Amino acid sequence: MKFIWFHMQGYRDLPKDFEDRYESVWVTPPTDELCDPQKVHQYLNWNLDELDYAASLGYDGVGTNEHHQNGYGFPVSPSQTGYYLAKSTKDQAIVILGNTLPLYNPPIRVAEEIAYIDCLSGGRVVAGMPVGSPMDVAHCYGITPTQTRPRYYEAHDLIKQAWTREGPFHFNGKYTKLRNVNVWPKTIQKPHPPIWLAGGGSIETWDFAAEQDYTYSYLSFGGRAAAKPLMDGFWETIDKNGKDHNPYRAGFAQIVFVGETDAEAERLYLQHARYFYKKSLHVATQFAAVPGYVTQKTLNAAVKRGGGSNPFFSAANMDNVSWKHLVDESKKVIGGSPATVVDQLKELASDLRVGHIILLMQLGSMDHELTKYNTRLFAEKVLPHVRDIWDDQWQDHWWPTGARRPVLSATADRVQLRKLG
Amino acid sequence: MNTETLELTLPSGLTANVLKKGHGAPVVFLHSHLGRAWDGVLDALAERFTVYAPRHPGSANEAELMQLDAFSDLVLYYDDLFKAFGIEQPALIGHSFGGAVAAEYAATFDAKVHKLVLIDSLGLWIDETPVADINGMADQKIPALLLADASGSAAADLFAMPSDPVAMAKAIVARVSTRAAVSHFIWPIPDRDLRRRLYRIVAPTLVLWGREDRYVPVVYADEFVRGIAGATKQVVDRAGHFPHLEQAATTTRALLEFLGR
Repeated sequence: MKFIWFHMQGYRDLPKDFEDRYESVWVTPPTDELCDPQKVHQYLNWNLDELDYAASLGYDGVGTNEHHQNGYGFPVSPSQTGYYLAKSTKDQAIVILGNTLPLYNPPIRVAEEIAYIDCLSGGRVVAGMPVGSPMDVAHCYGITPTQTRPRYYEAHDLIKQAWTREGPFHFNGKYTKLRNVNVWPKTIQKPHPPIWLAGGGSIETWDFAAEQDYTYSYLSFGGRAAAKPLMDGFWETIDKNGKDHNPYRAGFAQIVFVGETDAEAERLYLQHARYFYKKSLHVATQFAAVPGYVTQKTLNAAVKRGGGSNPFFSAANMDNVSWKHLVDESKKVIGGSPATVVDQLKELASDLRVGHIILLMQLGSMDHELTKYNTRLFAEKVLPHVRDIWDDQWQDHWWPTGARRPVLSATADRVQLRKLG
Repeated sequence: MNTETLELTLPSGLTANVLKKGHGAPVVFLHSHLGRAWDGVLDALAERFTVYAPRHPGSANEAELMQLDAFSDLVLYYDDLFKAFGIEQPALIGHSFGGAVAAEYAATFDAKVHKLVLIDSLGLWIDETPVADINGMADQKIPALLLADASGSAAADLFAMPSDPVAMAKAIVARVSTRAAVSHFIWPIPDRDLRRRLYRIVAPTLVLWGREDRYVPVVYADEFVRGIAGATKQVVDRAGHFPHLEQAATTTRALLEFLGR
């Protein structure tokens, strides 16, 4: 398995009564009331330090993505973070998961930025190409919901051509018309960096992954139990397309909290899990469920299931949620002692058949010290037991060619955990 | 007499689905984002006219939207539809989004419209009194936005859902799909510069508005009247965005009086 230390880059200090006072964490939370640029100065520095720290400990990849106008996570331009990481790290994959293609006009901007990061890093970039969240695309950036997918597919085609065709060439699309496509530079990775899809359960994204032979990451906060029916649907789609069952075709985002003991994990992290589910995911329904954003096919499937698959619908009923519920009953969170976490990760790998684990180890209100503590314990006591899963049978064809498996570093700076909780 | 459901494939390849009832001169009713319904007001009109109620394209099959990028495409779609059904010199009644379509049609094919009625119509934008952000609003707030009396019988009818789960699922999909098809043309702000084309409308025009419309406030009626030469305005009391539902009798009288003139 490959482990990507992923940063959501959220706001760590939303008010205690945030979810009662404000309708939504996304789109409309008033920036002048809630977002202090001085605090963001500190967060952004912490974010990069935490990513660097993970790299120094030997995680396979470091990553981030793109979101806008919210307190959940606002890494507005993932290429900026990726550019920094390309310089600050040596071996890791730089997992940009990714640039929200429908938001770029012309989309060759993405082709250029990813190529920049690929050149700077020596071929270590992953080009994530998500359709984007309805909050970002439809509500923050004003893209017509029914045009989102057509714009996405066209942007994808243009970017791929920009990397693979001899330039200059013309591109006469519906949304983008260019007389001369001729990006400087092209990517070091040939024919192009690995393209990763990411999504919240849209059926046509699975079809696209199967057709194009791309890897698909299911980004949810619902854990392995809730994800099982959806990932089964993904593997059925892979079957129908006659592709093999290489687990590296799939990735999964997972919240992970490690303590020295199960009890310590609960004591250190439960409050932060509550903050995350109650505040960071407090997304108003009308911003998350936008008519026309998903196709009628996906809408029909969701209505039949009795609810959407949108990962941002998980804030309800999370008042004073217990650790037992999060870890043992709903299995939303993987948490506990290193041994507990190893067991749960193995269960996750076999239940969902996933090769790429997108680790969510800094959540909401977690401060810098606790984040580093979590990151170190995982690297020292969990990673050695799980990183070889699958590798005796399967090769990861979706990993950047310039990335190298890092040496696990037990000698990294020990983090002094100050008194917490 | 019952309404007939007529279906045709137009020369463009797009499909048309039209409800029809009555005899006499043609009257076309264009519906809102809540979908096509055959309301009592159309029955009353059908006693004196042939009433056609088309369903906006893309509501049933989203793929059709890829052939329709803007209002100009929609105007041509309706022109094709009128030709296919032999509808000549119709009176156009447009409600809400349907009003924007009717006004665009009347501004484009100015000689082909006998009369124009705009009911609480979209299509214009006034910065000081913006059209409400219906897409950014929680579902439970919508009835009070659209109706003068959110607990009245019109509200109950408008938002009624079948109790059978299969029928309910179908109704939800239909409702969401219609909203998607309407949003396709007006997201995120329902202004495509209709204001600068209003001068082209030459058909006698009635601008009819619910006084308590909180979605498209009544000042928009004045803006339409300012832009369309000779247009008359009628404001209906105790009605919001759906005057033909909340004050059906008053609205029906006004329509019959205007169309029968």
